[in-house]
Amino acid sequence: MTVDHYILLSAILFTIGGIGFLSRRNVLVALMSLEVMLNAVNLALVAFNRAQAGALSQSSFSGGTAHTGQVFAFFVIAVEAAEVAVGLAIVLSLFRIKRTVRSDEADLLKN
Amino acid sequence: MSWLGYAYFYICAAVAIGGAITTVAARNPIRGAMGLLTMILSVAGLFLALHAQFLAAIQVIVYAGAIVVLFLFVIMLLGPSATSPRDQRDLVARSIGASLFGLVFALAGVFVGRTLHPVTMLEPSSDFGGIDAFGRSLFADALVPFELSSALLVVAVVGALAVARGRQGENALKEYRNTEAPADAGNRESGTIRLVATESSPLAGEVGGVTRP
Repeated sequence: MTVDHYILLSAILFTIGGIGFLSRRNVLVALMSLEVMLNAVNLALVAFNRAQAGALSQSSFSGGTAHTGQVFAFFVIAVEAAEVAVGLAIVLSLFRIKRTVRSDEADLLKN
Repeated sequence: MSWLGYAYFYICAAVAIGGAITTVAARNPIRGAMGLLTMILSVAGLFLALHAQFLAAIQVIVYAGAIVVLFLFVIMLLGPSATSPRDQRDLVARSIGASLFGLVFALAGVFVGRTLHPVTMLEPSSDFGGIDAFGRSLFADALVPFELSSALLVVAVVGALAVARGRQGENALKEYRNTEAPADAGNRESGTIRLVATESSPLAGEVGGVTRP
């Protein structure tokens, strides 16, 4: 098992999420695509951290194992929870005003 | 034993990609949320294979337990209007944007893949990724960001409350003043109390209330 497998999977997931975010008009689906992208990023972070920890354990450096990537992924999860809470509140607010969840009908600032 | 690891990875990866495609392509958002759940669970499985046991647990609890459920709440709150009808407007522009994104990423993958040489992952120390070692790293190296993230979550919750509640209280008050003020003015002068019948009050007819204009 090499890191490349995980990085390739992460890139595929990120691309799928990005395509969904760009091509879907339903705000809920766009938010879910964003989740897919952030999950892909987390996977890459954890895979790189795993490779680094394996290398560290073999070397003579014995400063303990660094969990930098995992800590980073942990913060990504925390930020994502906040983002979803605010994003869904905005979706509800938009729905109350315009009776729609389509992103191209959210043109309140235009006219 | 090695083929078992490969089989586990490929199964999880296939399920994750299938879930991601379902999330992106499903017309019904409920199905999209189920695809997202599938993807999250299989990524949690991959975290387990990567010696990130604590993150796998967090992934299941926070994503599957909180975020997907929040999505489901909102989808069910919106009801059938959460499903947007199929439309062909801007289809060309959207597909051009999406395919450009995909193309750029494929190119980047090719260029990066040329320079990579497969890095075999060595076995880390046995406590790597457990809650003990992870907690040590978190509180030793990232204590300040950790505390700041709690502030972020508080701000997000307060902001979500403020945005979702909206100005309905203010607007209702304004509407009430607009409709009631002229009618009430006359009554206050004459000093009588008037019953205002609304459609929802069953007593309106019996007590002879005056119907609102």
